[in-house]
Amino acid sequence: MTNLPLELINTCAALLLLLSFAMLSQRRVLTQVDLYAAQGLVLGVSILITAWNTHQPHLYYSAGLTLLLKVLVLPFILHRLIRRLDAIWETETLLNMPSVLLIGLLLVMFAFVLAQPISELATTLTRGTLGIALAVVMLAFLMMITRRKAVTQVVGFLAMENGLLFAAASTTYGMPMVVELGVGLDVLVGMFILGIFLFHIREQFESLDLSHLESLKED
Amino acid sequence: MAMLLLLAIPLAGALFLGLTGNRRWAPEGNALISAATLVAAIWLTGSVDAKGTVFFLGGQFFVDSFSVFLVALTALIGFTTALFSRSYMRVEVQHARIGGGRMRLYLGLYQLFIFTMLLALTSNNLGILWVAMEGATLATVLLVSLYHTAAGIEAAWKYFILCGVGIALALFGTVLMYFAASKLLGSQGTNALLWTQLEQVRGQLDARVLSLAFVFLLVGYGTKVGLAPLHNWLPDAHAEGPAPVSAVLSGLLLNVALYAVVRCKVLVAGAAHSALAGNLMMGFGLLTMTLAAFLLWRQKDIKRLFAYSSVEHMGIATFAFGMGGPVANFAALLHMTVHSLTKSSLFFTAGEAAQKTGTQLMEKIRSLLTLSPSTGWALMLGTLAILGMPPFGVFTSEFLILITAVRDHPWSTPFLLLALAVAFSAIFFRVQAMVFGESPPSQLSPRSSLVPTFVHLGLVLMLGVYIPLHLAQWYNAAAQLLG
Repeated sequence: MTNLPLELINTCAALLLLLSFAMLSQRRVLTQVDLYAAQGLVLGVSILITAWNTHQPHLYYSAGLTLLLKVLVLPFILHRLIRRLDAIWETETLLNMPSVLLIGLLLVMFAFVLAQPISELATTLTRGTLGIALAVVMLAFLMMITRRKAVTQVVGFLAMENGLLFAAASTTYGMPMVVELGVGLDVLVGMFILGIFLFHIREQFESLDLSHLESLKED
Repeated sequence: MAMLLLLAIPLAGALFLGLTGNRRWAPEGNALISAATLVAAIWLTGSVDAKGTVFFLGGQFFVDSFSVFLVALTALIGFTTALFSRSYMRVEVQHARIGGGRMRLYLGLYQLFIFTMLLALTSNNLGILWVAMEGATLATVLLVSLYHTAAGIEAAWKYFILCGVGIALALFGTVLMYFAASKLLGSQGTNALLWTQLEQVRGQLDARVLSLAFVFLLVGYGTKVGLAPLHNWLPDAHAEGPAPVSAVLSGLLLNVALYAVVRCKVLVAGAAHSALAGNLMMGFGLLTMTLAAFLLWRQKDIKRLFAYSSVEHMGIATFAFGMGGPVANFAALLHMTVHSLTKSSLFFTAGEAAQKTGTQLMEKIRSLLTLSPSTGWALMLGTLAILGMPPFGVFTSEFLILITAVRDHPWSTPFLLLALAVAFSAIFFRVQAMVFGESPPSQLSPRSSLVPTFVHLGLVLMLGVYIPLHLAQWYNAAAQLLG
């Protein structure tokens, strides 16, 4: 067995991490959605390579589900939402980009340290990528904390789920099929509900800026 | 069969009410569906009682002595809340706070929420447990923002994002759990995530992986339990939604989330051969209850007050499960039961009081006793019960937890006593002012529907004086199981 598949998967993992950083520093809402779709594509391809390499039939379904949901359906819904909400040109001012990226860098290091003992125990071909998966989760988390626009938070939420799926694929060749289907269903339903929400927020505050949503505080 | 009915009735009910929920008879239909669910739950309880642990669908679903009383409790409170919301929501429609379309949304999602919780409680698969927990968030998030007010939308958004992040961490924990299990049980098929399978091999699971997994699971599901420091969503979500939704969130969802944490704790404690899991739970529990007790002082809104009280009580139960051992586990299970009953009845009463006085602000709610004696007494009795006054059941459970803490972990006693005392003084004097205080009488006084409230309080009173033999046996068996 050559190491080609492994090389390919590692490349995919590196691409995922790069895309996460790109999302973290992207100002335009629409571009963020495209970056998310790209992330889904890379994720789907990496699962497909793993499936082809390990001959696990359920991974093919998983890859198919990922490609369908994350490259086609969810970005399509998000694009339509953004268009309906007239948010195409929406950008946000990013405060302290250098320090956010620096924190991101530290998070990546932390993720690798955390993943180290587990990767050592794993027997899968793709075990080295767990650190990257965890880093993707943490970067998405950071994005949600630092952003003030509702759509960006949604994208961050979805990117976090990408990282989790990648973690599952890299440590155990994916979760049982029924669980993956359930997770997919939850994400899809969650997306619809978030879409409804964006309209409510828009209707109530006439903007998608979440700084309006800070009245409920203890005083 | 009973298990199938238990899950199928609310799911079918959700679809049915989602289509017909704006009809005039729909609230009665909702109560009827919940009653049917309760009958199925009682049937299931009977067969668990006769045969012990019941499996369904080749072991994918199961009910044992730990989950059986939670299933019964969920179905019971689901039914009483449906009864309460019948009159409550009608008044809201009369006050034009919601229209027919949103009534349909409310009823459909209510049944869906009950379904997801019963699914979480009966699923043997930790992955499905996760899916059901996330489903419960999704079902309730639109209920929290049902009134479409600015505060409601903010609360629902916060609820969604915070619980979404929390639950994502729990998914990572579940992945780690599956990773540890698949080395022993094989990754082919779906058996490696079955709780009963994991429980059998828990001694051989890798301790390091499981400890790490538990941190993620505790923080993740703990967000939904309302454990500090990720409890922020809870008071907002409880205060802004309709009263029946606050009642089921507090009475049922928090319990189910805590159930998930405890299920995971059993596996981790067995694998790690150390007290790490228990200690973590004790620490989070103490922090949560102390913080919540002090935050109680700053509340102005009656539903926020009781929401923080829920946070405090969940902290107590988490602490007790963390201590472990037969007495503490017994007390924690009892505490979950009596807290659910009392707190949902308090949210019923708070909703009634808010409808009668037209405000949720405590300083504006006065002389409830003259306005409506039943509401006033229900609020006073419910408050005494939740504050742990004898002879109510909360006293029994808190007393048991306290004496176990004194015996096994004396250092924690001051924190426990302090939190209980602070919570008592914060809640009692405010409720006293609301019930007995003087004020100009207001004209709003819709008909009361406090039968469910008094049923709940009666049950709590009974559990304080006498615990039925069967229930005690389940508690004991579950306490043994939890170790």
